[in-house]
Amino acid sequence: MKLLIKGGRVVDPAAGVNGVRDVLIEDGRIVRVEASIEANGASVVDVPRDWIVCPGLIDMHVHLREPGQEHKETVATGVAAAAAGGFTSVACMPNTDPINDQASVTELILRRAAEANLARVYPIGAVSRGSLGEQLADIGELHAAGCVAISDDGRPVATALLMRRALEYAGMFDMPVIDHCEDPTLKGGGVAHEGHHGSALGLRGIPAAAEEIMVERDITLAGLTGGAFHVAHMSVRGSLRAVRDGKARGIRVTCEVAPHHFTLTDEALSGYNTNAKMNPPLREAADRDAMIQGLADGSIDAIATDHAPHHYDEKEVEFDQAPFGIVGLETAVSLVFDRLVHRGHIGLPRMVELLSTNPAKILKLPGGTLAEGGPADVTLLAPDLPVIVSASRFKSKSRNTPFDGWTLRGGVGATIVGGRVAYVNADAPGSTNLIRDDDTYERGR
Amino acid sequence: MKTEIPAHVVNPVEPKTASLRGRHLLGIAELSPEEIGLILDTSDAMKEVGSRAIKKVPTLRGRTVVNLFFEPSTRTRTSFEIAEKRLSADTLSVAAAGSSVAKGETLADTARNLEAMSPDIIVLRHSASGACHLLAHICRSRIVNAGDGMHEHPTQALLDAFTIRERKGHIAGLKIAIVGDLLHSRVLRSNLILLQKLGAEVWVSAPATLMPPGIDRFGVRATTRIDEAVEGADVVMMLRIQQERMTGHFFPSTREYFTLFGMTEERLRRAAADVIIMHPGPMNRGVEIASEVADGPYSVILDQVANGVAVRMAVLYLLAGGMADEAAH
Repeated sequence: MKLLIKGGRVVDPAAGVNGVRDVLIEDGRIVRVEASIEANGASVVDVPRDWIVCPGLIDMHVHLREPGQEHKETVATGVAAAAAGGFTSVACMPNTDPINDQASVTELILRRAAEANLARVYPIGAVSRGSLGEQLADIGELHAAGCVAISDDGRPVATALLMRRALEYAGMFDMPVIDHCEDPTLKGGGVAHEGHHGSALGLRGIPAAAEEIMVERDITLAGLTGGAFHVAHMSVRGSLRAVRDGKARGIRVTCEVAPHHFTLTDEALSGYNTNAKMNPPLREAADRDAMIQGLADGSIDAIATDHAPHHYDEKEVEFDQAPFGIVGLETAVSLVFDRLVHRGHIGLPRMVELLSTNPAKILKLPGGTLAEGGPADVTLLAPDLPVIVSASRFKSKSRNTPFDGWTLRGGVGATIVGGRVAYVNADAPGSTNLIRDDDTYERGR
Repeated sequence: MKTEIPAHVVNPVEPKTASLRGRHLLGIAELSPEEIGLILDTSDAMKEVGSRAIKKVPTLRGRTVVNLFFEPSTRTRTSFEIAEKRLSADTLSVAAAGSSVAKGETLADTARNLEAMSPDIIVLRHSASGACHLLAHICRSRIVNAGDGMHEHPTQALLDAFTIRERKGHIAGLKIAIVGDLLHSRVLRSNLILLQKLGAEVWVSAPATLMPPGIDRFGVRATTRIDEAVEGADVVMMLRIQQERMTGHFFPSTREYFTLFGMTEERLRRAAADVIIMHPGPMNRGVEIASEVADGPYSVILDQVANGVAVRMAVLYLLAGGMADEAAH
């Protein structure tokens, strides 16, 4: 089956393309990307002139909650949310129940993903058994089963020694170690960024130093071992300074930032909004601005959502008791457009690097570019689409977002996974001209 | 049977320009200086009710007030109960230990169940900061914050201000030193907002480990040298060392704390000659305050307790606002 994506502006920094091109797809692979391609029997996706055609977006940090917490999310609802958010691939963290510390759990997640058949799912295995920080998980088996990285996310890798061994051992499989960087003793019972706003609200603080110290530790160990270390959901300027320094020293360190950390500050906590409670917490303005700077100047490698679904009644509790985390898959693209692109901080090629090219590189995934012969994972973006965030319409099972009701400029047009249309945004003008003869895709809304 | 209400027990005061009618009292942060003034003026009249032989007015007759206390409290709960009874409200007090909370019910569900029985006002004490905001979000009843975690304790700050005003005649321009466990104190947060709104010069002092992060942005003068804070102070307010909220290494021992930060007669000599000593209670004698000071001539600690009833009557009366008009006739 052939598909021709016609008329949009192709932005593919890995291939050095930034201009109007047609993209021909056959049997789930990219065949050609050229200025003008004849349909020749292919179904035509007629892309509005002002839309962007880019390699499928990759969210390298999500929580799909299955197995064990299916009331929050399942693999099926998670990948539906991913496709609706423009993501053709997601990498899911191992803090399920049971923890993804053995091949059987990895296999279950991959089976569910195959059944759902919307976005691709790349599981991330645990660093340690049960993520307890004591003994290495069966990392070789996890790799063989399909894991693309290891992490004890939700918790930091407990000790410097364990981190050292993980970097050395995962290095054999060319997998990065992703760490949730946070010194647990400094965090204590903290629930909010330590600073003026947290103090005024009487909330226990998590100091910036809790993250910074662990980032420094891990960079030092990556230097010692030669292993690849990736900073999960970086939130403070001190961590960014450490990453820049580590990169300058030739150490294999990469990092990601979540949309809420380049959009919001701890002022969003006023009124004790539990949908503004996440870990790491919303930081102060200087940190938020530093994240934007790092995204713009190239020192931050990726944008990842840390999509963390929670059931509404779990969030309708005292602030101290509410679980950390917000959903992110279905708001990320609009926040990147509105807060970064349209405000002039980054250009479109950089946006695609952050959301596709670099995550693919870090996790060694196929995709991240529209190279001939590569997987036909393509995202269509509508840069000027007016979007009103409506949590009640999310495909995700959960609605825990601080962005509900926000008006943003820029959104997703359609998501194509393996040459198959996985999502079309019916709200986008022009979407009706997109391909309609494929009855397998999920029409948006 | 129709009951005649004697003229002198009808509404003791009339609200002036500012109004709290139909509002919650979640924190001092949401009050304007005029509204604070209204509460303090109303408290004056309420205090007069408390000095009568029959200490009761029908202002909140037929209104239901629930005191929902999730933390142990003797002073505040008793004070609210007396205030409610003096206003003729129907009151009941729910202590967490005896409620469904012990069976694992969430605060939101407890609130919804109470709400279903249509109370007019819920007075909430809770260990979590923001618990009153959660209740206000869920309930139609008016919420009065009787202390939420480390956030605010607005009626305490109001009664403190009332006591200072009673003693000093004014608050603007006074040097007020607040000393003790600032980090964990909701009394501190409410007081420093209120006293600054009324124009006082607020100094705070604590060990560096008990200083709230970002304290400099509250507009107060913060120092770890207690003598600097006490120097020439018109009011010295001591805060309790909250051992139940201590989770880490804040200071080596209560002995060392007393040596460095305890209020002694000797230390107090630096203050103004007519200084008053305050403490929201309960006191740790010999930890933050020497008994000689607590029981001494400058102490207004028991006046604070007495004034608490009048201030809480004023708050309940003003929140009930329009409702009370009909009730009184």
